[in-house]
Amino acid sequence: MAAEAPSSATRIDVARALREGALAGLIAFGLFLPLIGFNTVQNIHNELVLETRWPLLAAMVAIMAIGRFLYALLVAPWRARLALRPRPEQVAVAPWRAALGRWVVPCALGFAVVYPPLALSLAGVQGAVKWIDNFGVQILIYVMLGWGLNIVVGLAGLLDLGYVAFYAVGAYSYALLAQAFGLSFWILLPLAGCLAAFWGMLLGFPVLRLRGDYLAIVTLAFGEIIRLVLINWVPVTNGYAGISGIPRPSFFGIPFNASDEGFAARFGLEFSPIYRTIFLYYLILALALITAALTVRMRRLPIGRAWEALREDEIACRSLGINTTNTKLTAFAIGAMFAGFAGSFFAARQGFISPESFTFMESAVIVAIVVLGGMGSLVGVAVAAVIMIGGTEIMRELDFLKIVFGRDFDPTQYRMLLFGFAMVLIMVWKPRGLIATRDPSTFLKERKSIAGSHVKEGHG
Amino acid sequence: MNGAGHDMAPILRVEHLDMRFGGLVAVNDLSFTAGRGDITALIGPNGAGKTTVFNCITGFYKPTEGRIALQYGDPGVWDELAALTDRGERSVARGDGVLFLLERMPDYLVTQQARVARTFQNIRLFQGMTVLENLLVAQHNPLMRASGFTLLGALGLPSYGQAERAAIDKAVYWLEKIALTARADDPAGELPYGDQRRLEIARAMCTDPVLLCLDEPAAGLNPHESAELRRYLHMIRSEHATSILLIEHDMSVVMEISDHIIVLDHGQKIADGTPDAIRNDPKVIAAYLGVEEEEVADVESEIP
Repeated sequence: MAAEAPSSATRIDVARALREGALAGLIAFGLFLPLIGFNTVQNIHNELVLETRWPLLAAMVAIMAIGRFLYALLVAPWRARLALRPRPEQVAVAPWRAALGRWVVPCALGFAVVYPPLALSLAGVQGAVKWIDNFGVQILIYVMLGWGLNIVVGLAGLLDLGYVAFYAVGAYSYALLAQAFGLSFWILLPLAGCLAAFWGMLLGFPVLRLRGDYLAIVTLAFGEIIRLVLINWVPVTNGYAGISGIPRPSFFGIPFNASDEGFAARFGLEFSPIYRTIFLYYLILALALITAALTVRMRRLPIGRAWEALREDEIACRSLGINTTNTKLTAFAIGAMFAGFAGSFFAARQGFISPESFTFMESAVIVAIVVLGGMGSLVGVAVAAVIMIGGTEIMRELDFLKIVFGRDFDPTQYRMLLFGFAMVLIMVWKPRGLIATRDPSTFLKERKSIAGSHVKEGHG
Repeated sequence: MNGAGHDMAPILRVEHLDMRFGGLVAVNDLSFTAGRGDITALIGPNGAGKTTVFNCITGFYKPTEGRIALQYGDPGVWDELAALTDRGERSVARGDGVLFLLERMPDYLVTQQARVARTFQNIRLFQGMTVLENLLVAQHNPLMRASGFTLLGALGLPSYGQAERAAIDKAVYWLEKIALTARADDPAGELPYGDQRRLEIARAMCTDPVLLCLDEPAAGLNPHESAELRRYLHMIRSEHATSILLIEHDMSVVMEISDHIIVLDHGQKIADGTPDAIRNDPKVIAAYLGVEEEEVADVESEIP
């Protein structure tokens, strides 16, 4: 029996595949009938009516049944054959991977720098605004937020679920100070960072003694407190209505407008909003790269090593004379500072902010980016941000899905599905994130990356 | 052996130390001294309160009562002990001598200022960091000053580079002492158990301590590794101005290397003296073998 088992598992068996496909379809039908098949909507008379969505239900069930059928028919035997085959030598793969590792960062940087002209030449002026703003700027904001949170979560190992609070502090600092005192973006950018860092310290003090779940809950509550203050302190923040007419950043004093003093007129160009978008793109790229450069440098300084040591073992840190209070507070403050920079950039880019932009969902997305990327890895976090944010943006472009699922189908509503899908995939394939290895901060003879299984995730 | 040295100007003086956890008395009115340059051993059956004493000395616990005084530099500063206790301050300096009251200090300052380093019963290395990084984290405070508390270091000033090279040199010195130079760039968690024990002691030594507290350094070592550890501890004492206080169950280690042994049982000191005196102390034998006081004489007569 035992000798026979592999051969039956590797053979392509249509009958079994049909059986498995039908079973999967049946289960899917049972599950999706109440979830997707029926829908309650309010009609004009304010009555709740039951609608049915048979085509959508049929499509979902068909996807499940056919997917399972194909898996059982083709993939399962292929995997079984693969498992039987002796493993090929790993040596052949190593140089290829090493070369990839060496070239991936310069290539990504080069692509980020040439991205706006590339988008302009491929999509034209009208189309490029969408690609540069919705994709480029949006992704880079999250890359920067991910790198900032990476200091707190990835390096110091303190799980902060209220990170968006500092993003909000930065955004509101810029919006309020710019409107009240007419200060320029370039003065308020560092000021917003400082204010966010200050609030990071304020949050840090009460949570110093907390660990794990408790730390996560208190930081989450702090994020909500900031949001509720923004909603309810109407005289200052204008509540739900938010703040509009926030001054936009200028090109070192030259505004981006249609006037004679504007950027386009000064440089003899035809006026177009694309210049501001391109400028904002390079601004957030520079801010993100500053975040990365400072993180790389701080990891090689004693403070960065102390953060990582804190993640590994707090008691051992104290036994070596490290002031863990200060070490945690600096991690909170520096992480918050980068969120403050990103927040003031966000306010300047939008021209309008409201508490709606700073919900817990944002914090969750940033934490998800850090965890999916692999805690502590800058490259991993950047890749995760591109997948998560770029993925949700790409959903808006998938109009062809309407042909498949009907006119009412709105792909953007399924972006949480994408999130969940990405999470499950990563947790199954790479439970410690896309890049699980740790790069040592210094070395004596040879730099060897450290397998993720040795690296602790911190106690928070 | 433990003559004038530790009575006149000890490095550590523990007086009337009490540690209670609710109703449980872990340490009861314990007083002892550790001589300068000596290896002092703290022994006793399981649950005798040895690790609690360590945690009090290194600031991890605040003792319920008692005074723990540590001194280095000019021993004349011991005269200030009573005045310092009354003033309610943490330390006093006279000439190049400094006196600390450890029970008043938080744990990290006990290492940073009073220069007491410790290891743990269950090894606490930074497993995901390399061996070299472990030794650099131990030099955090001098490196932090050299990096201008991160500000100057972040700007890339050369003074930090020099300080870091000096720190690496010191780490390499200790790596050579524990024969782990070849594994400097491997994660600490990959080392075999015996190497991890030695690395933890080297890491503690990188903080430049005057008193090194070792919690069961020979636990889990085979006889060969245990002999190596003894040589290592002798080297630390003879080549560095470091006194050693250790908890140990391995009697071959304790009896061979200690200058002075203190025996605890149920939180109380039952004996204090040279290894020879301890070996023949009837109370110690009773505590270890678990016989009644009246039977001690019988037990003693059976021991050659």
